[in-house]
Amino acid sequence: MSHSAIPRRAMLAGLGFGGLAAAVPAWAAGTVKLPLPGGPDLLDLTTAFPGKGPMILQRTRPPLLETPFEVFDQGVFTPNDRFYVRWHWASIPTEVDANAYRLAVRGHVDRELSLSLDDLARLPRFEIAAVNQCSGNSRGLFEPRVPGAQWANGSMGNARWTGVRLKDVLDRAGVKGGAVQVRFSGLDEPVVDDAPDFKKSLDLDHARDGEVMLAYAMNGEQLPLLNGFPLRLVVPGWYSTYWVKMLSDIEVLDKPDDQYWMKTAYRIPDVPGANIKPGQTGFKTVPINRMVPRAFVTNLRDGAQATAGSPVAVRGIAFGGDCGVRTVEISADGGATWSPSKLGADEGTYSFRRFEGDLPAFATGTHAIKVRCTNTNGLAQPMERVWNGAGFMQNGVETVSLHVA
Amino acid sequence: MVTSRTTLLLAALALASAPMLVAQAAEPMRFTSQQIELPTSDRFFPEGPGAEAANNNCLACHSAGMVLTQPKLSKAQWTETVNKMIYVYKAPIDEADVKAIVDYLAAMKPQP
Repeated sequence: MSHSAIPRRAMLAGLGFGGLAAAVPAWAAGTVKLPLPGGPDLLDLTTAFPGKGPMILQRTRPPLLETPFEVFDQGVFTPNDRFYVRWHWASIPTEVDANAYRLAVRGHVDRELSLSLDDLARLPRFEIAAVNQCSGNSRGLFEPRVPGAQWANGSMGNARWTGVRLKDVLDRAGVKGGAVQVRFSGLDEPVVDDAPDFKKSLDLDHARDGEVMLAYAMNGEQLPLLNGFPLRLVVPGWYSTYWVKMLSDIEVLDKPDDQYWMKTAYRIPDVPGANIKPGQTGFKTVPINRMVPRAFVTNLRDGAQATAGSPVAVRGIAFGGDCGVRTVEISADGGATWSPSKLGADEGTYSFRRFEGDLPAFATGTHAIKVRCTNTNGLAQPMERVWNGAGFMQNGVETVSLHVA
Repeated sequence: MVTSRTTLLLAALALASAPMLVAQAAEPMRFTSQQIELPTSDRFFPEGPGAEAANNNCLACHSAGMVLTQPKLSKAQWTETVNKMIYVYKAPIDEADVKAIVDYLAAMKPQP
């Protein structure tokens, strides 16, 4: 797509400066206040995006839509029409022909493939429940604040993904000896020529682990276009930057991928939890990779009211990151003492999992309720919030303050 | 009471989702072509010195929303971001506009 002929003034003319006067777009469906320290914290709710219910509008073009947090109280699977949306480049095909679509498999392989959706649907079917979480989920809650999309906790979602194992597709192409990585690219493109097309790579062993998959359905239906119709890479346990949407190209590489989106962008400090001090320097960086455990209270908002002398029910969702949930503990006293919660149905290693617990009656005053997930590898959420300059991998213990009167 | 409600909810979800799971369908998945229209933004950078430079240069590639929801950032941070747009993301920004854009962004008051 050739947009570099500086379309900007023409585009501006088309949009019309008349919109300048409108403080609230005509299609706003109310506002939502996010807990972003120091603000700005008031964002529009929008229903203007096809296939989407009310979403928090972080950006219109290319779309950044956050899931309102109350959705996570409704169940462990996030409905497709409330699933968050994040695109890097604004040239997103708004029309995808299911019959004409082809997935290319090429590079260091014996046989190049060009697969239709029907070809893929005839391969052995694979299904997995997995959390898809933006690398920068919760970036807006970092302190000190950092630049980037100012997400609260809603750039994540959990779905049951259906499709085919990447391994099965790679085996059909025949990976040649000497291959080291597999690179993925979708139909979206930069607006400006020469800008780096969005591509991500996985090591070959990871790509062939039998869990990394190509999903043509989420929660039993074909993907919403905004979530990557017709095909999306699913990398269970890894951050969403690898879950390439509108996947159209798989390239087997015989050397490590050194393009921008692996070598420069989406890098984290190579220290436990990617957690450094503001201003700290002298650390190595690596591409962001495995997710870490998190837990969220979903039935009580920060600042919720309760009645003295009555027990308080707490429930929420947790996930282990790159493995399952071992425990979720709840503290009613700011982290001094903890008690185990009761875990809900296990929908799979990489899924959200429900937890619930009843806290004893509180005395009058303000109380800090904390929840902490420990995953099946024994990794627990840190008590303090994580910090790094990119705003990645937040998983500090969440706190909800409860006002009891 | 909360326990039983949650159990019921989980049971209801399991029942509700079971019939529509494609994995249980006998036939291969069928696909329907999709065509959508994406909304456009009518948001511009609020008036102020440099607003015109920002409106003329930034909005070709992205709408203003995410910029306007940034926390208060220093001039050095905004310089870094604008330079990334130019040198990495190849934004065709006139040299003369760069300083005006950085000054505008650094002076921006987070609102509301």
